[in-house]
Amino acid sequence: MNIVMAAAGAVLFLILAPVLGGLISGVDRVLTARMQSRRGPPVLQPFYDISKLWHKERAFANPVEMILTSGYLILIAFSGAILFSGGDLLLVVFALALSHTFLILAAYAANAPYSTVGAERELIGVMVAEPILILLAAGFFIVTGSFFVSDIVSDPTSAIVYLPGVFLALFAVLTLKLRKSPFDIATSHHAHQELVKGVTSSLSGRTLAKVELAHWYETIILLAMMLLFFAANPVLGIIVVVICYFLEILMDNLFPRVTWKMTMKSLWTVTLILGAANIAVLGILGGVMV
Amino acid sequence: MSSAGKSPWLMHYNASSCNGCDIEILAALTPLYDVERFGIINTGNPAHADIFVVTGGVNEQNKEVLKNLYDQIPEPKVVVAVGICASSGGVFRDCYNVSGGVDTIIPVDVYVPGCSVRPEALIEGVVKALGVLEEKRAAVDNGGLR
Ligand code: SF4
Repeated sequence: MNIVMAAAGAVLFLILAPVLGGLISGVDRVLTARMQSRRGPPVLQPFYDISKLWHKERAFANPVEMILTSGYLILIAFSGAILFSGGDLLLVVFALALSHTFLILAAYAANAPYSTVGAERELIGVMVAEPILILLAAGFFIVTGSFFVSDIVSDPTSAIVYLPGVFLALFAVLTLKLRKSPFDIATSHHAHQELVKGVTSSLSGRTLAKVELAHWYETIILLAMMLLFFAANPVLGIIVVVICYFLEILMDNLFPRVTWKMTMKSLWTVTLILGAANIAVLGILGGVMV
Repeated sequence: MSSAGKSPWLMHYNASSCNGCDIEILAALTPLYDVERFGIINTGNPAHADIFVVTGGVNEQNKEVLKNLYDQIPEPKVVVAVGICASSGGVFRDCYNVSGGVDTIIPVDVYVPGCSVRPEALIEGVVKALGVLEEKRAAVDNGGLR
């Protein structure tokens, strides 16, 4: 991929991802409402929410929240820009992890009990999600011989053929990443919950708007990662990703939240059994394509 | 763009109400009435709230809590006093421990009398509150309330 294409990919991501992410979030809320026999909000509701938050008074529990939430947003956007410019998958994964560190610090900075509990739970979320993201990068390397997204997408076979276990483990962790039940321990999108929105509980107005915007970016990054498994057949990939997202909404409505211990145990088990075993089998078979 | 009225997040606090009004509020927030249609979200967090719905005549024990919650809601914010207790203290107004209405502690924008409130009145009160929220939002944007 040449430099012009790479730059175009990054710029398109930075501009379009919030639009698409917001729309996905709106459709998500409408579908959730329909599953509960309600009409639900307008599809554009997430944009109304962000616009409202942006115009609220700037009130902070600690002024450093402003910098930390900006860091969170910028690093997530950076991570996605690398992904969409065909860059190094490892860099994408590490930038994503680092971005969450900023969110966790922002929550700790408030020095309030709910916020601290939320920060600790977000930390658990990062610990749970990180192994599978690294396995994903390793898996793509074994299959295509490169960490670069530009090489992965130009590979003639779809990686899903060799990495079905890694894909399924990523799907399981997606529930946590999209902040959906049963793994929405750090914060959720639901109207009311016992920790009154956990990691975001001390954030308000613009800082909260930035966190929401970052979440839209992250949604697109994760869905794009799933799409990477179907590089040779993007149409099939899009169908699978749409089905996966629908299943996430369904699960969100079916299951109650589990405890943080259960979250760790179940997702680490899935990562180990499906993800690590998948990589191990590939290793034993002698690294398919390299 | 006016969006404050399209995304009102609501917080409910019981300042020593008899629970009669609270039951009406909670009933109106059930999925049956689907207030999310209007972008309303019932939040438990003052930092995220726009509309503060208070019931009860406020007593010595909770007036500090009420004041504290109010202070934590960022501008623009609207306070709706729900029920005759919240509006004026109602039948409890002369009790030695009752302040006599929410407006004895924090400024109230919309009064919804009734004992307990009728759901129609409650919804009308919140709709009125949306209008006030829009006005305040314009004032905040002009630097008036900061
Ligand atoms: S107005 Fe009536 S129903 Fe409402 S809190 Fe007071 S006494 Fe109870």
